[in-house]
Amino acid sequence: MNKRFFLIAIPVVAALYGLDYFLNEYINEYVVRVIMNCGIACILSMSLNLVNGCAGQFSLGHAGFMAVGAYVAATLTTVFPAGPSFQSHLGVGMAILSGGIAAGLAGYLVGLPSLRLRGDYLAIVTLGFGEIIRIVILNIEAVGGPRGLPGIPRLSSFFWIYVWAAITGLVLFRIIRSSVGRALLSLREDEIAAESMGINTAKYKVQAFVISSFFAGIAGGLFAHYQGFVDPSSFSFNRSVEVVIMVVMGGMGSISGSVIGAIIVTVLPEFLRFLDKFRMVVFPLILIILMLLRPMGLLGHKEIWQLFRFKRSLKKAVA
Amino acid sequence: MTLHAFIQNLINGLAAGSVYALVALGYTMVYGVLQFINFAHSDIFMLGAFGGLYLASWLAGVHPQPLQLALIMIGTMAFCVIVALTVERIAYRPLRNAPRLNVLITAIGVSLFLENLSQVVFGADPQLFPSIIKTVPLLEGDDIILNNIQVLVVGVSLFLMLILHWIVHHTKLGTAMRAVSFDIQIASLMGIPTDLVIAFTFVIGSSLAGSAAILYGLSYPKIEPFLGVMIGLKAFVAAVFGGIGSIMGAAVGGIVLGLAEVFTVYYISSSFRDAIAFAILIVILLVRPQGLLGSVRKVKV
Amino acid sequence: MFSIFFRPCGFLALSLTVLLTGCIKKNAGDQTEAANRTELLFGEYGSMTGPESTFGISTHKGIIMAVEEANSTGGVKGKKIRVISYDDQGRPDEAVTTVTKLITQDRVSLILGEVASSRSIAAGAIAQQYKIPMISPSSTNPKVTEIGEYIFRVCFIDPFQGSVMAKFAMESLKYKTAAILRDVKADYSVGLANFFASDFTKRGGTVVADLSYSNGDVDFKAQLTAIKGKKPEVLFIPGYYTEVGLIAKQAKEMNYKGVLLGGDGWDSEKLTEIGGDAIVGGYFSNHYSHEDKNPVVQNFVTRYKSKFGEVPNGLAAMGYDAAIVAIDAAKRSADLSSKGLRDAIANTKNFQGVTGIITINDERNAIKPAVVLKVAGNNLYQYVTTINP
Repeated sequence: MNKRFFLIAIPVVAALYGLDYFLNEYINEYVVRVIMNCGIACILSMSLNLVNGCAGQFSLGHAGFMAVGAYVAATLTTVFPAGPSFQSHLGVGMAILSGGIAAGLAGYLVGLPSLRLRGDYLAIVTLGFGEIIRIVILNIEAVGGPRGLPGIPRLSSFFWIYVWAAITGLVLFRIIRSSVGRALLSLREDEIAAESMGINTAKYKVQAFVISSFFAGIAGGLFAHYQGFVDPSSFSFNRSVEVVIMVVMGGMGSISGSVIGAIIVTVLPEFLRFLDKFRMVVFPLILIILMLLRPMGLLGHKEIWQLFRFKRSLKKAVA
Repeated sequence: MTLHAFIQNLINGLAAGSVYALVALGYTMVYGVLQFINFAHSDIFMLGAFGGLYLASWLAGVHPQPLQLALIMIGTMAFCVIVALTVERIAYRPLRNAPRLNVLITAIGVSLFLENLSQVVFGADPQLFPSIIKTVPLLEGDDIILNNIQVLVVGVSLFLMLILHWIVHHTKLGTAMRAVSFDIQIASLMGIPTDLVIAFTFVIGSSLAGSAAILYGLSYPKIEPFLGVMIGLKAFVAAVFGGIGSIMGAAVGGIVLGLAEVFTVYYISSSFRDAIAFAILIVILLVRPQGLLGSVRKVKV
Repeated sequence: MFSIFFRPCGFLALSLTVLLTGCIKKNAGDQTEAANRTELLFGEYGSMTGPESTFGISTHKGIIMAVEEANSTGGVKGKKIRVISYDDQGRPDEAVTTVTKLITQDRVSLILGEVASSRSIAAGAIAQQYKIPMISPSSTNPKVTEIGEYIFRVCFIDPFQGSVMAKFAMESLKYKTAAILRDVKADYSVGLANFFASDFTKRGGTVVADLSYSNGDVDFKAQLTAIKGKKPEVLFIPGYYTEVGLIAKQAKEMNYKGVLLGGDGWDSEKLTEIGGDAIVGGYFSNHYSHEDKNPVVQNFVTRYKSKFGEVPNGLAAMGYDAAIVAIDAAKRSADLSSKGLRDAIANTKNFQGVTGIITINDERNAIKPAVVLKVAGNNLYQYVTTINP
């Protein structure tokens, strides 16, 4: 495992580093920006997929966790008196990690009530939590309240965003393939049956929440340090909804589906710009049509390579 | 003095809460039958307000005023029903057997679509809702003020809730609705036309939204395409708070939420108004996960 | 392990490659292309959709009108001006993306926007980074122009406007007690409220109550009950007209007898339409009065009315001014390079805009007097006084 891990990780990191250089040197900054937006969206959607897609718990507060991560990380590098010492790649990395941990703690707090609540009740609690976070930030003068927090060092590069995206993908993928993941899937399929099979549903639910919100916090920290500015309106209910849309569009429980969903939801509105004021009319329309024609999402429960593998084996069978 | 302020807040909270309650009923009814959050409900409410606005200018010549108001209200309810049935037929019915999250996403899609489309059609600037009935103070003390609109809002809401209660508990249709909400498959085996009953649930929910829109327009005469967002969220919170699926719960939840907001602003802090509404909700759900008046449904394997 | 990890990366790389086709970077500092074009490109970003779209759309109308007028009289240096506008949905992150697109893909020479300071701050950093001049029509937070030497604004800033109303309430109206009702979600409102409060106390007044609401709220009776109990002589509501009309109406229903004060966010015909007679008698600070007899103002109001069928609100006038300051600078500038444009904007002196005579100071803010207007009903405002900075 260890040897193989490094065999893969080293070339991937090197490739990302090379790609970072290539993008900065040769590619239009706007396109790079959209690609980086995609990266952050991927982290968000993959992490939400663990709770919404795998565990079947319905969370509508992902933007709240993102806000916690963004504000904790940005406060460390910007407001905190020792802030300037954080303003290096290593320091920002530490700040982002702290943001993730803070968001994970918040996830633990929200995960606890989920022990007693199911379905839409949980949805409304997470929604309420997201709103409370936003309102609390609005009322903290030290981080600018509604005026936002400017002057954050812009140190999240393509490289860092995609390294984190790769880590998120890898960790989530390993979790889903582990016994924890199986337990979560059983929760989604039938909670009572899972419990009667001896699965500690409470423990797994909280675990899923903490991991998911940790990565949402990481995404928030990356977002803050690449935007250079955060304000509470960036973490509204609409963003939570956007992430849910990514997950459902890609397919519940499918990590690669989440990546595809994130890319579509980020890139499609950019391509629809020519529609002007009808852009935001057409986008939901596409969403509705997709849901009607392909309710299981683009990939369903499968991962993208499983689709191809299935076709391959189908071909073999036919031959 | 403090007692007067308390009574004043009580009046204001009741009037605000009644509108929440009417909108919350729409959420709770659809939830009770289909187990999904109809996010588009708040936008049906918004469309109702615009419908009422245009109806009012069209019916401006009708006298006396109560008749005009009644006509506008009925017209708006009909309009909301048509919109809701179209949405149900096109967007929700094909997804009847899809996972619930999909239906929810579709509902969010419909909601975004209606909001942005109305912005294109009606413009983004807020519009004035005509004062069909002039605001007259009924009680005008130094510290306590009560006007006719507030009484009308509370009165009409109560009346509509009573009718709804009667429909659900004392008619054949209501029995069918309760049966469908208990178990849709068994109800259909028992010969209940489930699609029709579900459609009828939407009819009731949206006509309540329509009437709520008129009452809203009378109390807060500013209409804009995104007005449903906040009201919808609050009404939904009210529905969950009262116990989603329960009609009494939605009514009580709406009024409690209205009161909680007003008292929060007055006695605690105005900037934490929305936060405290949500905080109360979370606490209630922790203590009583099924909401105030919701019933625990035993789920079997 | 190899397959499960490598495949998604391969897919990622593939999708990225697809995205990248046709996105080859051009040299950002290259100005010759912009100079050789047959038209002059202006970029605009604003909230054209979403709950705050009413502000973005008003500003957009003002900008479009200014540019059409300039084009009908021959454009700038023989070139027609074209405006590329993008919607940022009222989100700072979208604002950053759209401004990046305007600069690096559309290669505009100058950027106009945003209304909200938070979005101007977020996107202004990008304009500064690429050294493309940006003029904000109505972002009043001092931090906006502090970003750098390429960021300008044509409106006054919060500290000035807050003190205008504090001074007016104390000295002209002779009131000693005030309450504040601020929009806690709007940076503009919070800024104005803070500066009003500090200035009012400094002048010897007392702020008896400081409450808040969030834009989008419709019921303010609880706040008003609390305020009424403290019996302030004036109530300062530095919000947008979208809520102020309703607040005034409910204040009247609640029998609040004090005087209402506000800022430039009040300026719209919707204020008196929704507020009705409840708002009559209120005072607000503004950049200009649309009843000003000055022919520049009257011409603007008539043309705007005939084009869009409505009275221009404050934001439309500010959008118009931002655009004509830009056009004027382009005419005076030695060349149409971004450096040339920037220097020309910085040199704007005593320029007659619709919203007053604009001089850009060393901090790149517009120095201009504020007027105080009294609401007289039927969308009529009485000019009360001018307060100089």
